[in-house]
Amino acid sequence: MAGHPRQGAAGQPSAKPTAVLLYIFRRLLNVVVMLLVVATITFGIFFLVPWLQHTDPVLRYVGKNANPVAIAGIKVKLGLDKPIYEQFWLYLKGLVAGRSYSNGPDTTWCPAPCMGISTQTQTPVWGQLTGDFPVTAWLAAGAATIWLVFGVGTGVLSALRKRSVIDRAAMVTALAGVSLPVYFTGLVASALFIYNLGWLPESNPNVSLGSDPGAWLQNMLLPWITLAFLFAATYARLTRATMLDVLGEDYIRTARAKGLGEGTVIGKHAMRATMTPILTVFGMDLGGLLGGAILTENVFNLHGLGYDALNGITKNDLPMIMGVTLFAAFFIVMANLIVDLFYAVVDPRVRLA
Amino acid sequence: MTTRKKALAAVGLVGALALTAACSGSKGSGGSSGGSGGGGGTHAFNAAATSIVNPSTKKGGTLKFWSTQDVDSLDPAIGYYAFVWDLQRLYTRTLVNYPSKPGKAGLDLQPDLAEAMPTITDGGKTYTFKLKSGIKFEDGTPITSKDIKYGIERVFAQDVLPNGPIYLIDDLDQGQKYPGPYKDKDKDKLGLKSVQTPDDSTIVFKLAQANSDFLYHLAMGGGAPVEKSKDDGASYAKHPVSSGPYKVENYVANKGFDMVRNPNWDASTDKLRSALPDKITFTVTSNADDLDSRLLAGSIDIDAGQRGVQTAAQGKILTHPDLKANTVDAPAATIRYISIQTKVAPFDNINCRKAVVYAINGTDQQTARGGQWAGQLATNMLPPSIPGSDKYDPYSLAAGKPDVAKAKAALAACGKPNGFSTTIAARSTSPKDVKQAVAAQAALKTVGINASVFQYDGSQSASTVGAPDFMHSHNIGLNVFGWGSDYPTGSGFLRVLVDGRLILKSGNNNYSEINDPEINGWIDDAAKSTDPAEAAAAYTKINHKVMDQALYFPGVVEQSLNYFNPRLTNVMFSQELGMIDFSALGLSDGK
Repeated sequence: MAGHPRQGAAGQPSAKPTAVLLYIFRRLLNVVVMLLVVATITFGIFFLVPWLQHTDPVLRYVGKNANPVAIAGIKVKLGLDKPIYEQFWLYLKGLVAGRSYSNGPDTTWCPAPCMGISTQTQTPVWGQLTGDFPVTAWLAAGAATIWLVFGVGTGVLSALRKRSVIDRAAMVTALAGVSLPVYFTGLVASALFIYNLGWLPESNPNVSLGSDPGAWLQNMLLPWITLAFLFAATYARLTRATMLDVLGEDYIRTARAKGLGEGTVIGKHAMRATMTPILTVFGMDLGGLLGGAILTENVFNLHGLGYDALNGITKNDLPMIMGVTLFAAFFIVMANLIVDLFYAVVDPRVRLA
Repeated sequence: MTTRKKALAAVGLVGALALTAACSGSKGSGGSSGGSGGGGGTHAFNAAATSIVNPSTKKGGTLKFWSTQDVDSLDPAIGYYAFVWDLQRLYTRTLVNYPSKPGKAGLDLQPDLAEAMPTITDGGKTYTFKLKSGIKFEDGTPITSKDIKYGIERVFAQDVLPNGPIYLIDDLDQGQKYPGPYKDKDKDKLGLKSVQTPDDSTIVFKLAQANSDFLYHLAMGGGAPVEKSKDDGASYAKHPVSSGPYKVENYVANKGFDMVRNPNWDASTDKLRSALPDKITFTVTSNADDLDSRLLAGSIDIDAGQRGVQTAAQGKILTHPDLKANTVDAPAATIRYISIQTKVAPFDNINCRKAVVYAINGTDQQTARGGQWAGQLATNMLPPSIPGSDKYDPYSLAAGKPDVAKAKAALAACGKPNGFSTTIAARSTSPKDVKQAVAAQAALKTVGINASVFQYDGSQSASTVGAPDFMHSHNIGLNVFGWGSDYPTGSGFLRVLVDGRLILKSGNNNYSEINDPEINGWIDDAAKSTDPAEAAAAYTKINHKVMDQALYFPGVVEQSLNYFNPRLTNVMFSQELGMIDFSALGLSDGK
């Protein structure tokens, strides 16, 4: 790479390796502490909510005909008869080493990382989350690709053709994208492309990438586009604004004055600076999405983490809510870390700050 | 100026596109479903409520269920949702069961695994069943009386298998404190004393006292046979072993499962199930409107939940007669009522209770529940499908409007001519309950009764409205609640609501705290009777007295508008389940 920003960083070679390692180590420690805080808060809520309602968390696991035998059995099985600090310790231990829930005849082994047992399905939360994660991951990956290509592309084009018809149309569409909620665009898209025009078949929730790639692709197309529409809009507007700022910078003028071609000026010099804020937002968005796209998944009946989250909330399934929260927190924290590390590569001004 | 115009035009374009999509979308799917509606002959709206729609014996095809909620459990000892009981009949058989017949005929229990109805001796305390021969589990193992006993014993293991109906424990424990088979000291795990299995095809139940409801309890999933060697406790729900025409495969929580033919089910041993489809699929969705679209487009067959279509689909169905013909909207055995607490002043005075019954506007209560498609006005406390019910209407509630003059007269007779203050409780987690409370509040205001609405989390019912002390200390005189029966008898519906001996410190359901010796006596008479008609007559009397005492404003009998794919055959409403009978369904196109 011939770009000059790199050379600035190379000016301090002796301090670099240890400082970078220390930086990464510090950030990783941050990740662990953050997740511990999230775990503590979600666990606290698990006990705080029933406590505020003057009730017992065990009542979440039993039905309307709860009888004392059932309540006592479940209490012993889930360890809810132990003091809170011990339960918290078991929870943390379960996250690292797994644990077994047992009341004598009936044992459920919950392997690490054990996030508890779903009150709704009576099975370990972690197994359900990992089983549903690929759906969310594919949804996020596909949508992210689409919105990056179209969002950033549109933004750049708009910035270069400022106040043109293309710019205006793009920005109005972007405004619509930002303003229209997924449960509207998603339903309208389904009604139009599936039930009206018949371009796509009704989604079949029983196929996966492995079982039938063609049907799977048809399933995913609308969710990808709908979700990407929402995000592409933000990215187009952000790219346009940043690009316009960057194009006004002195070094762009210098580059042009040096006689560099417009392609090099925009593609190499301007894009690089423009990408910094985009990367930040992208990392956060992707991290957030990996924790579950609640609306999109539910509109299109995709059984991912967002579906689990909503199901957990509507069914009062506290361990599931805790699990999804912790899972999502993990991705957001990791995304932040990766973005920060990338920052250092893309923009040396923030390196080691 | 020009740029703004362009911007506006673009906005307009986007908007127009969205609108076109929405409008044409609705028209398109309506039309396509009309086209695919060639399945069976002509039938009127709600025909399935009283007759069999598209009768046929054609076999084959895949019956596609969709649902917005997963099953609570496929374990027959645990499942408690009404639609799960409906599905259970496809893979579970019990000693006696309900026949697939429309109307009241569907409520008469028939022998299923049993060869004939039981011999009842010892003054109604001993039930002896002989099993059919040739009945087998899906793995080919013959079903014996011991498997039925073992299945019943599992219900007792409430520490491992909670949340199911526990009537059989109340009937059969008789002080033994039987802990369930997992903690049973008996080597064969058959230690429950009240059930005896003298040989493999005989099972004898010894009750402590006569109980005319016992057969109905045996007809629930808990009375189904379970193979001891295949029982893995809480995990059994993932792969219940079938005794019926279909076996469960590929169950994944919150996603769905399949049912395929059970080769070891012998149709000649089963007079209750036609088993027409070759395969049945059950898919859980998160999008209720999408489910309706698929139903109307004909790509799926029926909403397993049977809770009614969403507002958007309802509007479309009701304005298209060809769609409306494929619906059923019949009353279930569930009443949405307002109870009146006799232990909270001034409702200790019958005239103050009557004032409330006269003052509340029934039509507004119905509207709060979702209008005429969601419920019909109730005039008393027995739903029409329960034996013993009649049209008793001492307060002219069928008119659906309040009687302010009589309400004021009742208030005067109560010594409160200017009204009084009280509190109405409603579950904040049930928005329709809250609407009912608000509607009642407005109606009571017109006669001078000032009611404030008290909202609470529905999952806390047992410790709030279910705790009489809580009701008294919070001055809660009125309580919006619902009650559905688990089996179609007067006691199955009304007993818990009015038996004075069932007033509990918490988890109480006798909200009005009525403890009337005459009512209690009739309850006992009905329980002792072995004649269903006699038991029904006792509950007619109980129901009348409950109404005369003004213990409840009965509100509405719940129903819901359900659409079914016109290709379905043998569609009929089961009065027992309050929904379409799934086990009778077939597919006219055989696909």
